Amino acid sequence: MVAPISRWPARLDVIQGVTGLLLVLFMWAHMGFVSSILLGKDAMYFVARMFEGEPIFGKPYPFLVSIVAAVVFILFAVHALLALRKFPSSFSQYRALSQHLGWFRHPDTLLWVLQVITGFALFFLASVHLYQMAFHPSDIGPYASSDRVWTGRMWPLYLVMLFAVELHGGIGFYRLLLKWGVFLGDNPKRNRRRLQKIKWGITIFFIVLGLTTLGAYMKIGIEHADRAGERYVPAAKLGGE
Amino acid sequence: MNLIPAREIATQETPRKLRITVLRHNPSEPDITPYLQTFEVEEGEGTTLFIALNEIREQQDASLQFDFVCRAGVCGSCAMIINGKPALACRTLTRDLPDHVQLAPLPGFELIGDLSVNTGKWMRHMAERVQTWLHRAEETISLDALEERQDPDLAEKIYELERCIECGCCVAACGTAQMRPDFVGAVGLLQLARFKLDPRDTREDADYYQVIGDESGVFGCMTLLGCEDVCPKELPLAQQIAYMRRQMALIK
Ligand code: HEM
Ligand code: SF4
Ligand code: SF4
Ligand code: FES
Repeated sequence: MVAPISRWPARLDVIQGVTGLLLVLFMWAHMGFVSSILLGKDAMYFVARMFEGEPIFGKPYPFLVSIVAAVVFILFAVHALLALRKFPSSFSQYRALSQHLGWFRHPDTLLWVLQVITGFALFFLASVHLYQMAFHPSDIGPYASSDRVWTGRMWPLYLVMLFAVELHGGIGFYRLLLKWGVFLGDNPKRNRRRLQKIKWGITIFFIVLGLTTLGAYMKIGIEHADRAGERYVPAAKLGGE
Repeated sequence: MNLIPAREIATQETPRKLRITVLRHNPSEPDITPYLQTFEVEEGEGTTLFIALNEIREQQDASLQFDFVCRAGVCGSCAMIINGKPALACRTLTRDLPDHVQLAPLPGFELIGDLSVNTGKWMRHMAERVQTWLHRAEETISLDALEERQDPDLAEKIYELERCIECGCCVAACGTAQMRPDFVGAVGLLQLARFKLDPRDTREDADYYQVIGDESGVFGCMTLLGCEDVCPKELPLAQQIAYMRRQMALIK
């Protein structure tokens, strides 16, 4: 036995993968919740109040949303910090990479480049969104969100972020499985092709769902523009009053 | 893939004219800037790039440098960039290529001249650094005792990984290796996986961690899989790298 050298490179690799995986799973679940608007304003209203704990505590506590946003932000920051290790970081590395890409047309290498670019974009895009969710947690609802998207002019950010997140997370998910050898089985080449198909399927599904959802918020936002700021009152409460 | 039966090619009337462009540079003549030179060769039945390049050297330009030893995909010396993909020239049939073929030396290795690179130097350095040879703890080997037996399935698995010919294609195709010259490359990780599998090697996980447990080792690999996609011996590189990564990550 030799004196062990630092175990940190191993831990960092695991932490990067775990934070990436949690973020991907969160993003997919998140898209599910956000798209509840497609089922109607009441459905989205219900989901929003659910995250504020209303079904459990009897009344909404928006700070619960702030906590979720803070946890995601921590995961995101740790992940991004670790991902920085993989960015080309000097002129000579950029030159080596661009020469490499210049002659080698290799799909998986290009996917990685796309991941680096979208990851870099997410630094900025996701920070804006997470800040907003952490500090304005009560502004989530069919009208509040739609007003933010349209009157608050957030839709261009969400549009770019949708593509960045889905591409980045989808590629990350695919690479993560290959990196740790999950899914390769006894026929790695065939299974890798299958995994690629699954990955693109998931990505396309979420991009289409995301575009439809964003469209729905924009439509409500446009219709509600002259009354922007007013909150939604669910049909059940209207009926009860 | 080529689906034309050999007989059909033989009856083709006019043989194809191949244009072969070579990136030429001789580091011992630093005054001459690197340039592209195009040669024309007539394609025969079953012409490989090995044959075509030899024809050029014999009949057109004796100064053209490239390496060959076995011409059968065993020695690993003829790897080069063929139309944007690292491959063995001796195993590349020209009929699988378009009319115009572009050749360049493998990047990431010391250039000897034209298409000849010093992969041996790189491989030796890597091998010494991560110790890709069998390590056995016991000092004396008894010549009288019977050899230990090995399970045939295991022997088969070890043999499969033993097929690496150190051609360097995986290093040339690896974005990580191109950006970080101290990265072991798929070839190094594969060879260590081979010894890890071998019960005659008495090294423990911690010993392997010592040589590849950082970002110049297995944690530097970003799973770009260029290596896996170009290895001329079709070795299961993605799988073996993932295996080493799991073993090294789970170490206490
Ligand atoms: C919601 C946001 C994000 C999600 C869902 C996500 C997901 C992932 C996943 C699953 C991986 C694969 C992990 C691995 O290979 O070990 C990954 C890798 C990566 N992420 Fe993210 N990520 C996010 C944000 C970011 C941000 C903000 C950056 C920018 C700094 C970033 C940069 C990267 C890079 C460069 C890699 C490749 C690392 C490597 O090659 O090992 N990611 N991401
Ligand atoms: S792993 Fe494959 S590509 Fe790499 S040196 Fe060995 S035979 Fe060549
Ligand atoms: S998987 Fe990618 S980064 Fe890892 S050794 Fe192969 S080509 Fe290099
Ligand atoms: S000449 Fe030996 S591998 Fe090509």
